[in-house]
Amino acid sequence: MRETLSLTVNGDLIETSAPTHYTLLETLRYILGLTGSKQGCDKGDCGACTVLLDGEAILSCILPVQEAAGRSVVTVEGLAGGPRPSPLQDALDLTGGAQCGFCTPGILCSATQLLAGNGSPTRDEIEHALSGNLCRCTGYTKIFEAVELAAAACRSGRTAGEVLAARAEGG
Amino acid sequence: MLRLHPYEYHRPRTVNEAIALLAEHAGDAMPIAGGTDLVPNMKHRLFTPGHLVSLRGIEEMRGIGEDEAGFTIGAATSLDHVATDEAIRNALPSLARACSLVSGPQLRRMGTLGGNVCLDTRCTYYNQTLFWRKALGYCLKKDGTACHVVKGGTRCVAAHSADAATALLPLDAELRIAGPEGERTTPIGGFFTSDGVWNRRMSPGELLVSIHVPRQRAGTRHSFQKLRARDSIDFPMLNLAVRVDFEADGVVAGVQMAASAMGSYPRKLGKLDEGVAGAPLTESVVEALAREAFRQCHPLTNIPVDAEWRRAMVPVLVRRAMVEIRA
Ligand SMILES: Cc1cc2nc3c(=O)[nH]c(=O)nc-3n(C[C@H](O)[C@H](O)[C@H](O)COP(=O)(O)OP(=O)(O)OC[C@H]3O[C@@H](n4cnc5c(N)ncnc54)[C@H](O)[C@@H]3O)c2cc1C
Ligand code: SF4
Ligand code: FES
Ligand code: FES
Repeated sequence: MRETLSLTVNGDLIETSAPTHYTLLETLRYILGLTGSKQGCDKGDCGACTVLLDGEAILSCILPVQEAAGRSVVTVEGLAGGPRPSPLQDALDLTGGAQCGFCTPGILCSATQLLAGNGSPTRDEIEHALSGNLCRCTGYTKIFEAVELAAAACRSGRTAGEVLAARAEGG
Repeated sequence: MLRLHPYEYHRPRTVNEAIALLAEHAGDAMPIAGGTDLVPNMKHRLFTPGHLVSLRGIEEMRGIGEDEAGFTIGAATSLDHVATDEAIRNALPSLARACSLVSGPQLRRMGTLGGNVCLDTRCTYYNQTLFWRKALGYCLKKDGTACHVVKGGTRCVAAHSADAATALLPLDAELRIAGPEGERTTPIGGFFTSDGVWNRRMSPGELLVSIHVPRQRAGTRHSFQKLRARDSIDFPMLNLAVRVDFEADGVVAGVQMAASAMGSYPRKLGKLDEGVAGAPLTESVVEALAREAFRQCHPLTNIPVDAEWRRAMVPVLVRRAMVEIRA
């Protein structure tokens, strides 16, 4: 049994035919070829499958695909919105906040929602926003620093690299 | 990778349409709200309905209403919405707190208050893949005849594991339930049964439409406490909702407690007023209540983590609740 659905994925309105028992994650990965969102636990425990649904970070591995019909989905592939990485992606790269990278697409989506609503999040707010994303490698500190760096870059209109360079010069 | 079984997905727009769909496919249909409990359970083949009736598109089941009598919360309102609603946080802080402690942020945006009240019971030997369950031997909650928790047991004692539902008990919440025969309202106090297979007094063809929480008296204070391994994501290993009613002069008029993640229903503790009513809430009164709660609570080996330790944490949660209530 398949069902034809239309939804917006990373800004493009698309029509797709998916088996009726597919999750949004399976549709993204196995029909649309968007394998950035990861299939970790596949049952709501780990956050690796986190995507933005109408701007809200949710778990795509437990969302029946029909619930995304007529709505807007943004995955890690759509975060940059151009040839350059988003300030958050840039910052995560520069701080070393991604190691094996498996949790990274989900972390980026959760943090993107946080920064969209809060330009100067405190450490507590960052920890809370990312508390549904497990990372087995980094110990989280570098990830939290990356979110702070991205917020600082956005506030000052500079790139994450420029903010770091200015800090190194004591400015 | 955990695949789902094939099913048909229905998206009704009204409660009546949803009830008609459940009746049309009776025995082979289930309601799905946030799906945060049902989808993992289906992936484990604990449920394999041919028809899913989604409650997400039903406007009348969403949102929070407030009037003189109290709050009416649509069953399909997300946990995140309840946890962050200003009015709920002010008037019903223990409910907001319980919702805010369910799993992690992404899941709270999906999971609903109604789904929390209707949550399936959980057990170490049940919430596993088909392969795992088959290898061990099925149990009587699903496909088998024996219980692996109580040797020789003939009743399932899987753990009621919902946080918001426990918080709703001392708040005297009422549930509005609709079915093919019409509507009824039932106090949450009488909703749960001790049958771990299906612990709700509600038939599979019925829908929980809304949850009504009456306005609390001026002298009433509530606290919700939860024990879990990590401060996020994890289910409760024990939870406790406490209510203390104070007289105008500050002495205690009555104490109520509900505790869960032990047996198959949230347990309302009894006899807490004895020797407490009419006295101020002193250290020694709190200790007496902590001892009484410990005496009445008996966690089982149905969920991971040592049951003795979970029991020893009961008085600790009582003390933490009382610190909050006296503050
Ligand atoms: C990793 C993880 C962690 C979790 N941690 C917690 C936790 O800490 N505390 C906790 O309490 N829960 C926890 N949960 C369980 C669950 O996510 C929540 O309890 C949530 O509130 C369930 O709501 P839902 O809308 O997603 O329910 P669903 O999955 O949609 O439904 C659950 C059950 O209720 C039935 N149902 C749903 N709505 C209705 C209705 N209106 N009328 C009749 N029947 C209905 C469904 O048919 C199904 O049987 C966790 C789940 C996961 C996957
Ligand atoms: S309590 Fe016993 S019957 Fe119930 S799920 Fe656990 S093992 Fe199965
Ligand atoms: S893959 Fe979705 S939460 Fe782990
Ligand atoms: S970088 Fe490896 S899991 Fe986070």
